[in-house]
Amino acid sequence: MAVINMREMKDNQSGKISSIKVEGELGRRIRDMGLIPGTEFTVQGRAPLYDPVAVRVRGFTLSLRNREADYIDVEVN
Amino acid sequence: MEKQLERVSVALGGNPNCGKTTLFNELTGARQHVGNYPGVTVEKKEGYTRRNGTEVHIVDLPGTYSLTAYSQDEVVARNFITESNVRTVINIVDSSNLERNLYLTVQLLELGVPVCVALNMIDAAEKRGITIDADKLSQLMGIPVIPTIARTGHGKNELMDEAIKLSRTTEKRTEFEISYGDDLDSALSEMVTIIEENNFLSNQYPARWLGIKYLENDELIISKGDAVNPTVSNKLKKIVKNTSTHLQKTLNTYPEALISDYRYGYIASILKQGVIKRQGDINKLELSDKIDKVLTNRFFGPLIMAAIVYGLYQFVFTYSETPVGWVEGFFGLLNEAASNNMSEGMLKSLVISGIIDGVGGVLGFVPLIMFMFFGISILEDSGYLARVAFMLDKVFAVFGLHGNSVMAFIVSGGIAGGCAVPGVMASRTLKSKKEKLATLLTVPFMNCGAKMPVMALLVGAFFAKDEATMMLIITVIAWSGALIVAKILRMTVISGPPTPFVMELPPYRLPTIKGLLIHTWERTWQYIKKAGTIILGISIILWAMMTFPGLTENEVAFFENQRETIQKAASAELLGEIEAAAEDEEAEFSEAAAAIKEQLETVDMLEAEKALRNSIAGSIGTAMEPISQAAGFDWRTNIALVGGFAAKEVVVSTLGTAYSLGEVDPEETGSLSETLQKDPAWNPMVALSLILFTIFYAPCFVTVVAIGREAGSWKWAAFSMIFNTVLAFTVATLVYQIGSAMGF
Repeated sequence: MAVINMREMKDNQSGKISSIKVEGELGRRIRDMGLIPGTEFTVQGRAPLYDPVAVRVRGFTLSLRNREADYIDVEVN
Repeated sequence: MEKQLERVSVALGGNPNCGKTTLFNELTGARQHVGNYPGVTVEKKEGYTRRNGTEVHIVDLPGTYSLTAYSQDEVVARNFITESNVRTVINIVDSSNLERNLYLTVQLLELGVPVCVALNMIDAAEKRGITIDADKLSQLMGIPVIPTIARTGHGKNELMDEAIKLSRTTEKRTEFEISYGDDLDSALSEMVTIIEENNFLSNQYPARWLGIKYLENDELIISKGDAVNPTVSNKLKKIVKNTSTHLQKTLNTYPEALISDYRYGYIASILKQGVIKRQGDINKLELSDKIDKVLTNRFFGPLIMAAIVYGLYQFVFTYSETPVGWVEGFFGLLNEAASNNMSEGMLKSLVISGIIDGVGGVLGFVPLIMFMFFGISILEDSGYLARVAFMLDKVFAVFGLHGNSVMAFIVSGGIAGGCAVPGVMASRTLKSKKEKLATLLTVPFMNCGAKMPVMALLVGAFFAKDEATMMLIITVIAWSGALIVAKILRMTVISGPPTPFVMELPPYRLPTIKGLLIHTWERTWQYIKKAGTIILGISIILWAMMTFPGLTENEVAFFENQRETIQKAASAELLGEIEAAAEDEEAEFSEAAAAIKEQLETVDMLEAEKALRNSIAGSIGTAMEPISQAAGFDWRTNIALVGGFAAKEVVVSTLGTAYSLGEVDPEETGSLSETLQKDPAWNPMVALSLILFTIFYAPCFVTVVAIGREAGSWKWAAFSMIFNTVLAFTVATLVYQIGSAMGF
């Protein structure tokens, strides 16, 4: 078990959110879409220009920018 | 006596991509219309359906994931629920994404409104190995839950029955409470007591909901509270502050984060009680994800995207040719009928030059626009447009815009054929003022459906060989111009940090024919309405501007004299020949008669041209000519461009009017395009310069008004007019001067 930043995850890597360190609108958007501590997800891939990242979470696909993923820490194996 | 129909009102709410629009179309069919929510430009769709003698009025709320104060869509949705007399919300949820969809349901319930859940796309969920026990869900949440399949209409009758039943309940509010943990719950109960004691905003909102909004730091509610009763508001804020500090110390978290956690926790606890059964991995790759592996692939993605955009062009240009011909033929017949059956004079001139040419020039492009919208609707409804945003976000972020700016750009004509008015309104999904403003100010550079006739005319006349290529180049110029200007704006007049992207990539779905047709029709109708009313009005005003004050008596006499001189010099035999030929279109002239005829025509044309130059529009155009010549525009083009401020398609109809007024021979029915080709004042360089000017200059006044409203300030509306025109003139002049110097 190691905690890394979401940006550092590789394609197809799975993990569990350990913390989201952002308030305000961005924090709200991230949480509203179901990314909260304890949520498991898989990195599905990245856009052709390596940003944004697409993740598979709660049965749907969500995309967010790398600089937004920076606020999310993830437990990975 | 016929029984009076009972009427109830319900609202449709739900996440984007949950099948809400499909269900709305299925319920209301053709009985719907599109308007705006009062005071804002968020689209409001309303419709009617009938069920067992009850007339159900359905309002389609904007699709949202939540009910925060961060986006106008969400504010509109929650205001509508709390302020209108709608008594029931049908909450459509995507059965395959129950957890995230129920997150909105919880918030709707907290608003105290009776909610009925439509468990939509239940078939798709089953295919994915998800079984949902609707009765169990209904029982646990205490609300009706009806499985539906919007596409087929499955379950819609049961849904209507439940909605009608709910609308008849007499209780104003339903009680719904979830626990947010000890810390927040005790803060909330303290706040509820204060709110209820002081009757603080509680006519409009449930007390606990207000408390939650204060904890969530909801700016709109807090400022409303400050305005109504600052003392109470401050008391509430103090509780929030204490709770917040306590949470920071003990749990290292914020109230709003904890609220989301508990909402999702509540949903998870319900689903765990046997509501949902899954076979296999919830995040396993569906067909849609496999398609994405190709469509958003690093190498193939952009290639396919370019191919799709280009394919859309080809589709629009090739398949619309026949119906375009029909419309043109129809207006040709009208024109002929009018010119044969009406006596010479002001009225005939008004009907032909003002009305038929003006409206016909615009309506001729309706099929083109229809094909374009149809194509775009397919991309939109299939989910591909979201991938376009996904793939292009990096690019947009570089220019200080948002991935979602793509929508505004595309609706405005990023894929040629949109309209900047809805495009400007589409920018409403952008929550950051700065990105929104940058988008608002640059979307008018896109090739909207109204600019298309101008582009099509110029390209058809001067670059006919490479029509499709040229149109693609025009799109590229519009895009790069818009992006560069956006970057400049974001670095100067509207600088600031970027806003969140966080966006769902919905599963690919086959669009429904019904949805496509309604969508296409709505958008096309919007264009026709604009063309039919504004354009007709403008055409007539312009006709008046180009006709009055006309020639002085002396001038009329001067031209009459010239004609008489020519006729006197000619033999009676030749004049007879010309007169006879006027009756017979196929008549052949002798060389001498043709020469006389040409002399007479030249006098007529000079007279008409003199009359036009004398007119109000002519004076304006002529006055500007010394300046506009730098970009290659003569006074006719100037008049047309002034008309284009009213609506871009007017550029074509004005040029048409200007040239048909200057053209005397009724046999010469060549299109405007041929007229321009023959005119010595025109060449490909002038056409290119005008194309560039048309891309960049002041948006039509309808767009300017929309920009003013969206930006919340007329300052920005004025800015867009002045800035864009100066920019356009600079670009057009540079290209024209350099191109001409190089001998093109």
